[in-house]
Amino acid sequence: MEFHRPRTLKNVLTHYCPGCGHGIVHRLVAEAIDELGIRERTIGTAPVGCAVLFYNYFDCDIIECAHGRPPAVATGMKRMLPDRIIFTYQGDGDLAAIGTTETIHAANRGENITVIFVNNAIYGMTGGQMAPTTIKGQWSTTTPEGRGKHGEGGPIRICEMLSALDGPSYLERVAVSSPKDILRAKKAVKKAFEKQIAGKGFSLVEVLSMCPTDWKLTPAQAVDFVNEKMKAVFPLGVFRDR
Amino acid sequence: MPQIRFFAERCKGCGLCVLVCPQRIIAMSEELNELGNPFAGLTEPARCTYCATCGRMCPDLAIEIEDDSPSADNSTSSE
Amino acid sequence: MAEKVLFKGNELLVEAAIEAGCRFYAGYPITPQNEVPERMSWRMPQAGGVFIQAESEIAAINMIFGASAAGARCMTSSSSPGISLKQEGISYIAAAELPCVIVNMQRGGPGLGNIRAAQGDYFQAVKGGGHGDYRLIVLTPATLQELYDLTLNAFDYADYYRNPVMILGDGILGQMAEPAEKHPYHPILDLPPKDYILDGCKGRNSRVVRTLFLHPADGLMKHNLHLQEKYARIQRELSLVEQYQTDDAEVIIAAYGISGRAAKGAVKAARREGIKAGLIRPLCVWPFPSDVYRRAAERAKSFLVVEMSHGQFVEDVKLAIECRRPVAFLGKGGGWYPSQEEIVEQIRRLANEKSKPSTARGKR
Repeated sequence: MEFHRPRTLKNVLTHYCPGCGHGIVHRLVAEAIDELGIRERTIGTAPVGCAVLFYNYFDCDIIECAHGRPPAVATGMKRMLPDRIIFTYQGDGDLAAIGTTETIHAANRGENITVIFVNNAIYGMTGGQMAPTTIKGQWSTTTPEGRGKHGEGGPIRICEMLSALDGPSYLERVAVSSPKDILRAKKAVKKAFEKQIAGKGFSLVEVLSMCPTDWKLTPAQAVDFVNEKMKAVFPLGVFRDR
Repeated sequence: MPQIRFFAERCKGCGLCVLVCPQRIIAMSEELNELGNPFAGLTEPARCTYCATCGRMCPDLAIEIEDDSPSADNSTSSE
Repeated sequence: MAEKVLFKGNELLVEAAIEAGCRFYAGYPITPQNEVPERMSWRMPQAGGVFIQAESEIAAINMIFGASAAGARCMTSSSSPGISLKQEGISYIAAAELPCVIVNMQRGGPGLGNIRAAQGDYFQAVKGGGHGDYRLIVLTPATLQELYDLTLNAFDYADYYRNPVMILGDGILGQMAEPAEKHPYHPILDLPPKDYILDGCKGRNSRVVRTLFLHPADGLMKHNLHLQEKYARIQRELSLVEQYQTDDAEVIIAAYGISGRAAKGAVKAARREGIKAGLIRPLCVWPFPSDVYRRAAERAKSFLVVEMSHGQFVEDVKLAIECRRPVAFLGKGGGWYPSQEEIVEQIRRLANEKSKPSTARGKR
């Protein structure tokens, strides 16, 4: 059994907090790129949010985008470079709040890109404000009484929403809150890239992930929060595969 | 023989590896690393099965497994 | 060989862009520039390029961001309210030093305004529009021939300086038809290789296109200095201006774009009355041809600024001549325009005023 840092990840320490799920998702994306042998023809987009420094960690071409705009930027790149692999890596604020329009329309066009959507139900980088995916009752710095008391609505379920469209070829929700979940997430991420390579069109993997710092939980409690609270609101599974 | 390595200098002390180890043989150190974190290590190395569950769960690439075989080292070298 | 064609401005713009090698266009319909996406939708595929009707102006400019980073010559177009939406993306593109062409066929504002021609977006185009210290090269054609020629050149300026270029037109320019020579594209500049593009890191180190500079602490300050050095270089190198009957002119009209046409007619009419009027008409308002105005101020007695807004361009004219001469203003906003007769009236008034010797000095 060999287990190493994937080639696509640089040998640097990330800025993520202890127990943050981003590092796990980074590994899964990098492993998929390695296993498919596509690093030298892959271009990623960096989001605004905790993963804004994404380009410091991935050893492939990266374009850093304005908040919410990666699917549009990726569209421009993919259309001009159809034989390259283009993926976006986005958080919940980026993808499901300020960039909802770009997400829906890239999906609806069946844009042949891969979207890695890290859903941790909170705005991490700015310090724990409500995300579009913050669950009902969840505390955040802008929902001090818990989400839902003052007209904030409820969490947006992106996979369910996008599965109403004809465009996507692959939609799956996974988690990185247990070894078993991580294995399943790895398969999903790889499959999403495979869809793009096969020219099937828009693929998205939503990853339920931990944010112990802004949830004000220990890393162990954060894992439990994903497994017990988030999975109940965001059911795991394949929402589209064709 | 495979070898499991815990890179103390990369460890942020989150303890997720401790949580998921099927053998329950990972523990956090009493002392702190240069980042100021307690770091993970094996309590009973002989019982390790090299399943890499800890490594998969580790968000910080702080755990690697190497094999004795000559073809092994193909992905650890930095640029 | 140049082919004489009769097109609407918006259609000719498309032909010029494709002739210049533009192979990516993304836009969103808005009057009065709808002929651009409409014609692009079938001309781009013919030319082997990509047309996308984007879901928004914001998405369109970000598609341009991606296409430009991928190495394509690319363009987006809109009209005033849509250009406002693009400002975020324009700031990013300028910060990342990516080339592209942005066309604004201006309409009346503020707000939803109307769909008549206007020049109320001058500040937005020339002074920023988006956040941060950046500059666009801003071209201001007044005829369809200039629209064609400047569109060809716009792509060269963009690539040469690695900077977004705006073509600042208006609803009249977009909607009117007049003959123009559709000559073949030849680069006017020695274009550098695009060694910054992202196309996969095969055979090289991976690259990043970014606009975030957190570390070191002075990284962004240094990036800004670099940008300012580039802008200074553009200011030294790029000046496009028509000087009409200025050699002996005592009243200088300053106007750009479509108002420059009425101004030219007014200069001709004034000359017929024996008034020594002239016109300085920039074809590029950033960089601003300040030196041309400054030199003119050495002999002219007064200036008259004519524009289709309530006074934006006029500020740059005043800055350029550094208060050496009085500057009169004739502007109309809301999609209206100063007529030739109104301009001539002002020229007459200024010509008479200048016979009273105290005026110019008194206003110094």
